[in-house]
Amino acid sequence: MTLELFRSFFKIGAFTFGGGYAMIPIIEHEVIDRRGWIARDEFLDLLTLAQSAPGPIALNTAVFVGYKLRGLRGALASIAGVVVPSFTVILLVALLFADIRHDPWVDAAFKGMRPAVVALIVAPVLSLSRGMHPALCAVIVGAALAIWGLGWSPIAVLVAAALCGIGWELYHFRNTAR
Amino acid sequence: MIFWQLFLSYLKIGFFGFGGGYAMLSLIQNEVVVRHAWMTNGEFADIVAVSQITPGPIAINSATYVGYTVGSQAGSPGCGVLGALVATAAVCLPALTIMLLITRFFLKLRDNRFVEGAMLGMRPVVIGMIAAAALLLIFPHGAAESERNFIDPWSWLLFGGVLVGQWRKVNPILLIALSAAAGILIYRIC
Repeated sequence: MTLELFRSFFKIGAFTFGGGYAMIPIIEHEVIDRRGWIARDEFLDLLTLAQSAPGPIALNTAVFVGYKLRGLRGALASIAGVVVPSFTVILLVALLFADIRHDPWVDAAFKGMRPAVVALIVAPVLSLSRGMHPALCAVIVGAALAIWGLGWSPIAVLVAAALCGIGWELYHFRNTAR
Repeated sequence: MIFWQLFLSYLKIGFFGFGGGYAMLSLIQNEVVVRHAWMTNGEFADIVAVSQITPGPIAINSATYVGYTVGSQAGSPGCGVLGALVATAAVCLPALTIMLLITRFFLKLRDNRFVEGAMLGMRPVVIGMIAAAALLLIFPHGAAESERNFIDPWSWLLFGGVLVGQWRKVNPILLIALSAAAGILIYRIC
């Protein structure tokens, strides 16, 4: 069973490119349809948790499924499964990269890829903020400017936002309870 | 001690990495480019590009890559492998411990007022963090000419093209591959 967990999550780690949300359908297929390890509605709860906990979604899902099935050993086996493929591939890339990075052909390819990567990062900002309340959009812009323009630590901004959110929730709760 | 610093940096990145992949980029950038200057903004963009076309979560890919680069700056390629191990383990550790705790207290946490409030506050900021990572890649602070990610009008054209491609739901790996081909065509062949 521990080995099966490792194998399943190895597959998930090896065949998902781009990470994050691209992984969800593959995890779903492997964990629910093929193995039947967890039920579909439980998977939705799991997704909410995996998204609200810090860390990559794939990693969080691996810990949850592994722990649920086989305890700590299961969690460790699943994590190892997710990590080993990307660790190995990136290590190989890194070993070769220093030698080929300054090759004029490779350099030209990266000159084309750099702006493309930025566009890939901008796209989720646009899709996630669409339809949001103007006040929340102001928070998005404010956070971006504080981190990029003023050089504030993103961690500090994140903690401040969490505290404000808790304050708002408690205030709201008290008002509605009255 | 470089390995200890690497460990601490990636522990921080793992612990505060709310919102997954792209949101973590801002944290990684802040630690690796801004605070420790382990690599330039341009090299950081290269890592993101490499992460896109190789399997696995970006956070883990970047940890392995940065760990290797920083480690091998300190000594032999063996130090590089050690650095990669240290950074990758560090970025996984918080996810492991926090998810174990969450799994244990699964039901109690679901409707907790504090957790709900914190999530509510962090949601827009996480999006802002992704935007900040993009802004820093477009407009770096005082970067050398050679380290710019946007070097000419072609860069902006590619940027716009990929943005439209994303909107039309074209596979991101295909988009990266196409822009690499375009780069070779523009900067090497023509």
